[in-house]
Amino acid sequence: MKSIVYTGKIIKAVLLGLCAIITISPLLFLLSGSFMDQLEISKLIGPVTKGTEGMADWHWIPHYPTMQNMIELLLDSPEFYQMFWNSVKITVIILVGQLIFGMPSAWGLARYEFPGKKQIYFIYIILMMLPFQVTMLSEYLVLDKIKLLDSHGAIILPGIFSTFSVFLMYRFFAAIPQEVLEAARMDGANEWQIFCRIGVPLGYAGIVSAMVLQFLECWNQIERPMAFLKTKGLWPLSLYLPEISMEKAGFAMCAALMALLPALFVFLYGQDYLEQGITATMKEKR
Amino acid sequence: MKSKKGILFILPGLTGVMVFYLIPFVDVIVRSFRQINGKFCGFANYRQVMENKAFALAAGNTVHFVVVCLPLLLGLSLVVAAMLRRSGNVAKFCKSTYLIPLAVPAAAVVLLWRLIFDSHGIWNRLLTLLGYNSVDFMNTNGAFSVLVFSYIWKNLGYTVVLWSAGLSAIPEEIYEAAWVDGAGKLRAFISITVPNLKQTAFTIVVISFLNSFKVFREAYLVAGNYPQESIYMLQHLFNNWFRDLSMDKMAAAAVLLFLVILIFVYILHRSWEEEH
Repeated sequence: MKSIVYTGKIIKAVLLGLCAIITISPLLFLLSGSFMDQLEISKLIGPVTKGTEGMADWHWIPHYPTMQNMIELLLDSPEFYQMFWNSVKITVIILVGQLIFGMPSAWGLARYEFPGKKQIYFIYIILMMLPFQVTMLSEYLVLDKIKLLDSHGAIILPGIFSTFSVFLMYRFFAAIPQEVLEAARMDGANEWQIFCRIGVPLGYAGIVSAMVLQFLECWNQIERPMAFLKTKGLWPLSLYLPEISMEKAGFAMCAALMALLPALFVFLYGQDYLEQGITATMKEKR
Repeated sequence: MKSKKGILFILPGLTGVMVFYLIPFVDVIVRSFRQINGKFCGFANYRQVMENKAFALAAGNTVHFVVVCLPLLLGLSLVVAAMLRRSGNVAKFCKSTYLIPLAVPAAAVVLLWRLIFDSHGIWNRLLTLLGYNSVDFMNTNGAFSVLVFSYIWKNLGYTVVLWSAGLSAIPEEIYEAAWVDGAGKLRAFISITVPNLKQTAFTIVVISFLNSFKVFREAYLVAGNYPQESIYMLQHLFNNWFRDLSMDKMAAAAVLLFLVILIFVYILHRSWEEEH
């Protein structure tokens, strides 16, 4: 009996460990590759990138660590900076816009009754679930009409009105007990004050988790910029990375690493909120 | 509270949603019944889409992908979530680790997928070391398995977190009662855990299905507009029609895909409502 329990534990550890290694290894891959010089990395992966004999190989610690890639990227690649700031600009404006437009929407849907509310809520859920391919043509038509194609507005405006964050914040706002609001109303607070002084602080976790999830979404988005941005100078970082040729694998890995760092920081900072946010898509909190 | 004030909170956001999503989508529905020159043509566009060979291939592949991936992802993540239950700090650490792929841009990993799954890549090195023949993943049906791997890699953590939420909603006392009655762990899993997770499972299926549309990123970045046939998905088709400005076909296909997703969302919504 004891040995069965023991084998069970081993199987469990192996499976969990294996999953952890697989999920985290791409990060380690990028990290080690970033600090390899051109010679070392082409020796390892030459069979893939240059068609040399044999099969690609890898080691996790560079034998001749170098800052060469990092320096080239940070000092000698103006495109990288430009696209990095494009990404920052797009992401930040979308998030701020969602706070300005999405947050009150979520509050209104969660705390008030009015005709058509159920229908609006249902429409928001559908919109949140639609993949980009379904709305691509309609977005294109409207952006074409208001002459926003091939500008950052084409990415930012549809992003601001994404209904996903409304839905998430709705879940948290709806969980605030009604008595708290009633008490504030008794004290003579108006509806706007109730929203600012009670709704926002008590729904804080929902707001942050929506922002964290949306940050990751915006920072990594590919489909929309690819469809609506023709001018390369406007591209976000996520479109720039695949442009770097495999010949410069070390440099490419370094760029990839730098691109994911902001997302990783947000991820680490917002981890608990992230989990709450994911869980909130599961069940209605009332 | 019964009040029209709620509308004021929603109005600014709702206006944006109408302008950028709702009104243009109605326009697309109208266009799906017209030719490019604007002449009404009934269901001709729909017929054209249904008879289109590329559409059949893409729809078939998409269904194939979903049918293969969902059971794999759901099964694996449920086993992992069940193992993590009652594991305290280990669980917290594992969940965080598994969630990392959410933060990694698709563009950053495609480079790695290329290095790993190339015919002379790292995975093939391992295969040949173990005495197997090397596989040219990207130019054979192996491309499909690369995409499946990529999807599971990306979504494992997300799904584990969802399952864990479902698991933690099952009261501990039921298990204790079962153990007192002499039920083993496996028995408890089959007779308590599984039946109590129906609702959770349902939500996860819908969410995972919708997330599966995002693998297009990896597929596109690894293999471009016309990838190996087994991973030519609906998303590629939409993208190619978009580039050719085939508005008529695109409109009809968008409405069709919309209807399929509408059905899924409606069922999900109903099951949420049933909870109370």
